[in-house]
Amino acid sequence: MLKTGGLDRFISFQDGIVRCEAGITLGEILELAVPRGYFLPVVPGTKHVSVGGAIANDIHGKNHHRAGTFGRHVRRLELLRSDGSRAEVSPGDELFNATVGGLGLTGLITWAEIALRPVPGAAVQTDALKFTGLDEFFAISDESDALCEYTVAWLDVLSREHRGIFYRGDHAAGAVRAPRARVSVPVDVKLVNGLTVRAFNAAYYLAQRGGKRVGHYDPFFFPLDAVDRWNRLYGKGGFLQFQCVVPAREGLRELLDEIARLGAGSPLTVLKKFGDVPSPGMLSFPRPGFTVAIDLPSSEIQTFARLESIAAGAGGALYPAKDARMSAATFVKSYPRLDEFKRFLDPAFSSSFWRRVAG
Amino acid sequence: MKVLVLGATSAIAQAAARIWATRGDELLLVARSAEKLQAVADDLRTRGGKVETMVHDLNDRSSYSTLARLADVVLLAHGVLNGPDVLQTNLVGPVELLELIGEILPPGACIAAISSVSGDRGRAKNALYGASKAGLDAYLSALRQRLFHKGVRVVTLKPGFVDTPMTAQMQKSPLFSSPASVGRGIVRAIDGRRDVVYLPWYWRFIMLIVRMIPEPLFKRMSF
Ligand SMILES: Cc1cc2nc3c(=O)[nH]c(=O)nc-3n(C[C@H](O)[C@H](O)[C@H](O)COP(=O)(O)OP(=O)(O)OC[C@H]3O[C@@H](n4cnc5c(N)ncnc54)[C@H](O)[C@@H]3O)c2cc1C
Ligand SMILES: NC(=O)c1ccc[n+]([C@@H]2O[C@H](COP(=O)([O-])OP(=O)(O)OC[C@H]3O[C@@H](n4cnc5c(N)ncnc54)[C@H](OP(=O)(O)O)[C@@H]3O)[C@@H](O)[C@H]2O)c1
Repeated sequence: MLKTGGLDRFISFQDGIVRCEAGITLGEILELAVPRGYFLPVVPGTKHVSVGGAIANDIHGKNHHRAGTFGRHVRRLELLRSDGSRAEVSPGDELFNATVGGLGLTGLITWAEIALRPVPGAAVQTDALKFTGLDEFFAISDESDALCEYTVAWLDVLSREHRGIFYRGDHAAGAVRAPRARVSVPVDVKLVNGLTVRAFNAAYYLAQRGGKRVGHYDPFFFPLDAVDRWNRLYGKGGFLQFQCVVPAREGLRELLDEIARLGAGSPLTVLKKFGDVPSPGMLSFPRPGFTVAIDLPSSEIQTFARLESIAAGAGGALYPAKDARMSAATFVKSYPRLDEFKRFLDPAFSSSFWRRVAG
Repeated sequence: MKVLVLGATSAIAQAAARIWATRGDELLLVARSAEKLQAVADDLRTRGGKVETMVHDLNDRSSYSTLARLADVVLLAHGVLNGPDVLQTNLVGPVELLELIGEILPPGACIAAISSVSGDRGRAKNALYGASKAGLDAYLSALRQRLFHKGVRVVTLKPGFVDTPMTAQMQKSPLFSSPASVGRGIVRAIDGRRDVVYLPWYWRFIMLIVRMIPEPLFKRMSF
C-alpha cells in the first residue's frame, strides 16, 4: 500500500467541478461541496475513502443504476509514473481507461478533477420497505430503480426465506442537522458469531418501522462511519469481505441459498442491482447484475472459496477492492480486458494482490 | 477576522488555517517556498478563505518591517528540528519579528506562537531545538506581561509529537498526534483565554512528570 496522506490539498472548486490532490477524502469533498449546493456523483459506504482510492477501484454507490461508477465522473487526472514522468489524462485516453479501476498499478494519481452534481441541500428523503423472498426483492428493486436515485437492500442472510429491508432515497430540500460525534468500539470483542448474527438480524428487522423519512445524508450513506473501529466487533482476527456480482437471478439465488446453508455471514449483508451504465475502466468491477457484499470472520476461508466458485460458475466477478482470497483463475476469467490493461502497468507499482492473481 | 500566518506551509499551520478558511476568515500567508505557498493558498481559497501571500525567508531580517502588519491574530509557526539554523529560525528570528509586531498590534489582538514541549526540559537528543524552544517560551512569557496592559494576548502553544514532515524520520508511536487535531487545538486556544496550551492537553501532565525527575537521575537517562 502506498501512503497518499501528504496529497491532501484542494486545488479549485468552480461551477460544480472540484479539482483536488488524490489524498483528499470523499468526506472532505462533501464538507466543502454540500453547503455550496453540490454532492459527489457516486459515494461508497464510507466517507473515509481518498479520491485516489475511489478512482483506483472505480467505486460504485447506491446509484449505480443511474450514475454508473466513480470513474465516469472524473474529467481528468495526473499520473506520476515511477520514471518521474507526469501524464495528464482524460476520458478517451487509453492510460486514463487503464487507471480508472487500475488498482493503483499504473502509477500514482497526484490530482483529479471530478464533476459534481447539484443538490438542493444536505437532506435525503428515504423510504424503507420490508420484503420476504427474492421475488419480492426483484419486484421492489425494478420499481425503485425507475423511481429513485439511490437503492440498496439489507438482507438477513440467515433467514432461509430471504427476508430483508429495501432502502431507497433521493436528495431533498429542507434543513437537517448533521449527526453527532461518533461512538467507538474501545477494545477487541468477539461479538459476531452465528448466534449473535441471528439475534442481531432478527432485532434489526423488527426494529425497522419502515416508511418514509427525511434526514441528513450522512447516516443514510455512511452508517458504519458512526461506529469508530467497528471491525473490532469481529475480535482480534478481523474479518474478510466478500463481494461479487452475478449477472442473473438464478446465480443470485444459488449464492444466497449457499450462504444461508453455510450459516455464514454478518449483520452487514448488502444486496444491490447494478445497472448497465458502462465504465471507462478496463478492470472496472461493476457490470450488469446483482452484487452481494458480506463480511465473514477471517476464520472462514473455506466459505470464501466456496462462494467464489459459485460466483465464478454463474459468470460473475469478485471485487478486487474487497479481495482477500480471490484466485488467479477467477480473476483472469472475469476481467477480459486484462491483457490490454497489462500494457499500461508501471513496473515499480505492484501489490500482493497483483502478484497473486497475475504475477 | 484577519490572520497573519508566519511559516504558512507548515503542516500544523495549514491544519489551523483550513479551519479559519472554512469560517471565511482573511488570511495573510508568509512562507519561503513560492511553489508550496501557491498550493497552500489555492487549497485555503477553495475552502472559503480570503487569501493573500508573501514569499519571504524568515531568517532574513530585512523582511521583518514589511511583515509587521495589522492583524487580529498572528500565528508564528515556522521552525526547524535540526541543521545549522535552529537557533536563528526558532528563536532569534521569532524574537526580533515579534518585537516589531508586538509594537503595532491593536488592543484585542492575539499573538500565538508554536513552541514545543521540548522547551520544558533539555535533552541530549535535541539540545539546540530544546534550547531554542525554551528561549522562545521565556520570551513569550515576557511579551505576555508587556502586552497585557495593552490588551494584546500572547498564547504559547506547546504541541507534543505531531506527525508532520518535521518528524518524518522519527519512529512513530501512539504518542503522535495528527496535524488536524493539533490544528483544532490551536484554533480553540486562540478563541479561548488560556496563556500556555499543551496540545493535546495530556502533554501538560507528561511534562510535569518529566520536569519533576531529579537532575542526578535525569542526567543518566536517555529518552
Ligand atoms: C465500510 C466500507 C464500505 C465500503 N463501501 C463500498 C461501496 O459501497 N462501494 C465500493 O465501490 N467500495 C466500497 N468500499 C471499498 C472502498 O471504497 C475501496 O476499497 C477504496 O478504494 C478505498 O480507498 P482508500 O482511499 O481507503 O484507498 P486504499 O485502501 O489506501 O487503496 C485502495 C487502492 O487504491 C490505490 N490507490 C490509493 N490512492 C492512490 C493514488 N493516489 N494513486 C493510485 N492508486 C491509489 C491503492 O494502491 C489500492 O490499490 C468500502 C470499504 C469500506 C471499508
Ligand atoms: N512536528 C512536531 O512533532 C512538533 C512538535 C512540537 C512543536 N512543533 C513546532 O511546530 C511548528 C511547525 O512545524 P511542523 O511540525 O508543522 O513541521 P513542518 O511542516 O516541517 O513545518 C515547518 C515549517 O517551517 C518553515 N520554515 C523553516 N525555516 C524557515 C525559514 N527560514 N523561513 C520560512 N519558513 C521556514 C518550513 O518551510 P519549508 O516548507 O519551506 O521548509 C515549514 O513550512 C514548528 O515551530 C515546530 O518546531 C512541531
